[in-house]
Amino acid sequence: MKILVCISHVPDTTSKINFTENNSKFDKNGVQFIINPNDEFGLTRAIWFKEKNNASVDVINVGLQETEPTLRKALAIGADKAIRINIEPTDSSVVAKSISDYISDNNYDLIIAGRESIDYNGGMVPGMISALTKINFIDKCIDLNISENSVLASREIDGGMENISTSLPLIIGGQKGLVEENDLKIPNMRGIMMARKKELLVLDPGDYTDTLKTDNFEKPEPKGEVTLVSPDEVEKLIELLNNEAKAI
Amino acid sequence: MGILIFAETYKGEFKKDSYELASYAYEIASEKGSSVTAICFNAVNPESLSNYGVNKIINCSNEELKDFDVTIYSDCISETFALENSNILILSSSSNSKYLGGVLAIKLNAGYATNVISKPSFSNGLSLRRNTFTNKAFENVNILTENSIIGLSKNSFGLKEKNVKSEIEDKKFDIGSAANKVTSIEKMSSKVTIADADIVVSGGRGLKGPENWNLIEDLAEVLGAATACSKPVSDLGWRPHSEHVGQTGKPVSSNLYIAIGISGAIQHLAGVNSSKTKVVINTDPDAPFFKAADYGIVGDAFDVVPKLIQKLKDFKSTNN
Repeated sequence: MKILVCISHVPDTTSKINFTENNSKFDKNGVQFIINPNDEFGLTRAIWFKEKNNASVDVINVGLQETEPTLRKALAIGADKAIRINIEPTDSSVVAKSISDYISDNNYDLIIAGRESIDYNGGMVPGMISALTKINFIDKCIDLNISENSVLASREIDGGMENISTSLPLIIGGQKGLVEENDLKIPNMRGIMMARKKELLVLDPGDYTDTLKTDNFEKPEPKGEVTLVSPDEVEKLIELLNNEAKAI
Repeated sequence: MGILIFAETYKGEFKKDSYELASYAYEIASEKGSSVTAICFNAVNPESLSNYGVNKIINCSNEELKDFDVTIYSDCISETFALENSNILILSSSSNSKYLGGVLAIKLNAGYATNVISKPSFSNGLSLRRNTFTNKAFENVNILTENSIIGLSKNSFGLKEKNVKSEIEDKKFDIGSAANKVTSIEKMSSKVTIADADIVVSGGRGLKGPENWNLIEDLAEVLGAATACSKPVSDLGWRPHSEHVGQTGKPVSSNLYIAIGISGAIQHLAGVNSSKTKVVINTDPDAPFFKAADYGIVGDAFDVVPKLIQKLKDFKSTNN
């Protein structure tokens, strides 16, 4: 089984968010970058298939050279090979088209992408890849079991989950549940050493047109002071929620 | 210009999101001198959309469309989009609509903006304001393509009744077989889901253990709210993962979010920040959540919450 995991290079979850160039770009200064958490759950499940089912695991990122440490981390966790499409991703459709073109030239049985990245929150790349490659798709996948060609998966729906039977090839939008938080792997020294020797292929991008353009970013207004209510006067909170916030 | 909305149903009844999409679409259409068409699947009361400004309602009622399927549904929607000469498709932020969005963006050759919180401005193409960086920032974005898909963030527009004359078309599609077979659906026992709730009551490690969750559940019941929890609580196994809200869990954009015994780590706040009113109850006055909340009580949940439940019951009985 050949698996491709799409890796988004995102600011650490605790990063302060600032913008630069007239608020048109995210300010990367002093920011620590990580594997997008939704992608990391998928990567960890892919490594599990590698250990149990002898699958091969490639990772792909659409980004400039600055994303290579993130790809090396994925290799250190256990991926076999990394691919980087050398273009600054300004639009989800460009990311999806770049990855789809790579998939069309290199057949994969399973493609895993996070259900959304925690930076731009587009949440559309896995669905776009599915429509572009005409490969079957399960979004918000929280359980994935594969034997031979048959797949049993679960998908999170609003207020519950749906159990699905399907077959390979398949694209999934991954998230927590594919593996648990405790299953995530921290690269060890041997993994890091081996990752240095693994192949990191850099490919030129195709010619794609953006469908969206950012005018600018804005940060929310600083929040006003919290209104504190004494624990002995909870009725006052109810009154505020009713009359002021009109929330109950 | 033509606007198409995908009006989702649950067991045949429209979800509240569908009426919000209709209200939103009607305002755009009336500003542009256009009209609103809705597509829905197996709706039992399609005519109710005419109370929110929808002029044409296309109800697809094949038995095969009973279970959601991304390929079949997206085929029906894109076919309708073309037949109706639409150029704007409006989707909600539900799991199924987000599932469809990326697929439809390719099928319709459309720019797709998600988590949208404003009406479009047409002064320079089509521009929109959306939440990004998990609610830590806004993005003003331009759609550059002729067709557009707007994914509206829940509760960002509200419901606006508008009675219009409408036409209902019962439509049968020629559909193929689904590649994904749904073998079973497991629904949570709780009555209100986090995605659909107007009020969410959420508990953190401050509750000391799963045995104390009756406090959260009882408060949620009085308020008709959904229950949720912080990440450490789901990691500890006190509550199911499906209740975890925050950056890597479920997003919350309710009208009211009540956090009990949750300190307010940046990842948690990011996931719940788009809720309109936030209340925190915590023993630690320095908990970061107090900086993000609108109302707060510095106090022990085991003391405050039972009092709150009692007073809310009194309030509800005199106000209903």
